[in-house]
Amino acid sequence: MSHSDTREPRTWEPGLTRVPYWLYRDQEIHDAEQRRVFQGPTWNYLCLEAEIAEPGAYRTTFVGDMPVIVARDEDGELQAFENRCAHRGALIALDDGGQTRDFACVYHAWRYDLQGNLRGVAFQQGVNGKGGMPPEFRMEDHHPRKLRTASVAGMVFGSLDEDVPPIEEYLGEEILERIERVLCKPVEVIGRFKQTIPNNWKLYMENVKDSYHASLLHVFFTTFNINRLSQKGGVIVSESGAHHVSYSKVAHQPQASAEYSAEKLRSDMEGYALADPSMLDGCDEFGDGVTLQILSVFPGFVLAQIQNTLAVRQILPDGLDRTVLNWTYLGFQDDTPELRRMRLRQSNLTGPAGFVSMEDGAVGGFVQRGIAASRDQEAVLEMGGGGIETQENRTTEASVRGFWNAYRGYMEI
Amino acid sequence: MAEFTQERLGILNAAYARCIDNDEVEAWPAFFEERCLYVVNTAENHAAGMEAGVIYADTRAMLHDRVSALRDANVYERHRYRHIVGQPFVLGIEDGAASVETPFIVVRIMRDGATEVFASGRYLDRVVEGADGQLRFARRLAICDSRNIDTLLAIPL
Repeated sequence: MSHSDTREPRTWEPGLTRVPYWLYRDQEIHDAEQRRVFQGPTWNYLCLEAEIAEPGAYRTTFVGDMPVIVARDEDGELQAFENRCAHRGALIALDDGGQTRDFACVYHAWRYDLQGNLRGVAFQQGVNGKGGMPPEFRMEDHHPRKLRTASVAGMVFGSLDEDVPPIEEYLGEEILERIERVLCKPVEVIGRFKQTIPNNWKLYMENVKDSYHASLLHVFFTTFNINRLSQKGGVIVSESGAHHVSYSKVAHQPQASAEYSAEKLRSDMEGYALADPSMLDGCDEFGDGVTLQILSVFPGFVLAQIQNTLAVRQILPDGLDRTVLNWTYLGFQDDTPELRRMRLRQSNLTGPAGFVSMEDGAVGGFVQRGIAASRDQEAVLEMGGGGIETQENRTTEASVRGFWNAYRGYMEI
Repeated sequence: MAEFTQERLGILNAAYARCIDNDEVEAWPAFFEERCLYVVNTAENHAAGMEAGVIYADTRAMLHDRVSALRDANVYERHRYRHIVGQPFVLGIEDGAASVETPFIVVRIMRDGATEVFASGRYLDRVVEGADGQLRFARRLAICDSRNIDTLLAIPL
């Protein structure tokens, strides 16, 4: 048998309506994604400006697999660099964040400033005139990789690529507007949670972009009219398909749509009621009637507004079949006590125990296990045609196809 | 004047854990006062004064809603818990309520047979005695040591 016969199938026809399952289970793909997508000409969410408000404040985070420090320097500028000592590669910062004047690697005490420049090498001149670094050693030749940073509506993004387009151009006007719609004033972090889910990161991103599943999988969405496909709403897909927004407007009256009745959906539970419906009390805080807005930025960022819950999610691959979600729940600094209380109650919808999000954390694992023996089979993405265009309905997989269009571009696959 | 003896608090915790672990969660809200606070949060958030919980309920009715969602609405894989609850430590008694801190470990048993430590932490409780002489939680904060939740949190801690 020739070598090529023993290789696993790894083909992908052109187009966006089929996604081969080997893409979710392949180590070479995973490695290429790190280089081409996460470290490629993309913008990756790092943290909130509010988390590093003062000079000397820093957070540790990730871009794909890569550990990253993001800091505010003495001049108030945002800086980001790989969290890896230029000497032997140990982590430079071990904490999640804090306040510091500089960073020192614990291994051999090499010291870095807030811009990630090497500023000190312990015993550089040796001891008692012996040992030490050679005379030609220059500190400026050694530093961890630095990221470009950009700030959008109080969120810090970073890129490893010198040629990445400016973030406004990368996002496009429509996505930018929809970010600014939510993050319209100074925020306050009201909770941080990490969730580990048992599937490839791309399955989670597809789920985020999939407006078709939302009211079919989630009883809370459908039964309590938080999100039904029959509500006014739509999908905005950025030009390359990389980013998306799906949104819907409030429907206070129970919506008996003929399609929903005909489908006899599990998620449409007549008679299912809350003993304390105040959990769902909310207000139209952005004044446009949009009660649900899910927004994604390629490759791994989500900003979600579900009623009055506001949360950002950072999606990080952790090997082939594990994904880490870093949730940051937000309020605004000027929240009234009543509004804050509404947010806290509605937070039951989101996160790892969320009446809605719980299911998103589970379905990816169902797919990952379902495709275990089907590397040469494909997913079908034909809902709403084959295109990636913006539209005023959500019974479509346009934004999921948009993800694959962008992905194929970056991966050159 | 209510007596918050080690024995009574121990029995309260044992009954609470048994209720959840034996899959009798319909009885779980009855461990709380009508006006109550039940929050699952992380030690890190709690220390920083961040209030948002993974679960947040400020009425007993909201706890009933958790149970009905668990039973009827949400989609997740079947699993069970086993709580190991440590000695309650009384921090103080004031205005007829005891502040109590109790450590816990919760082991999760998945449908495929895997058993793993799912959560460890401490309950920060405010325990009161009802008119019927029963001890109940006016407040129970389940403060998890880790900030990572593995996959999902469906059954309450």
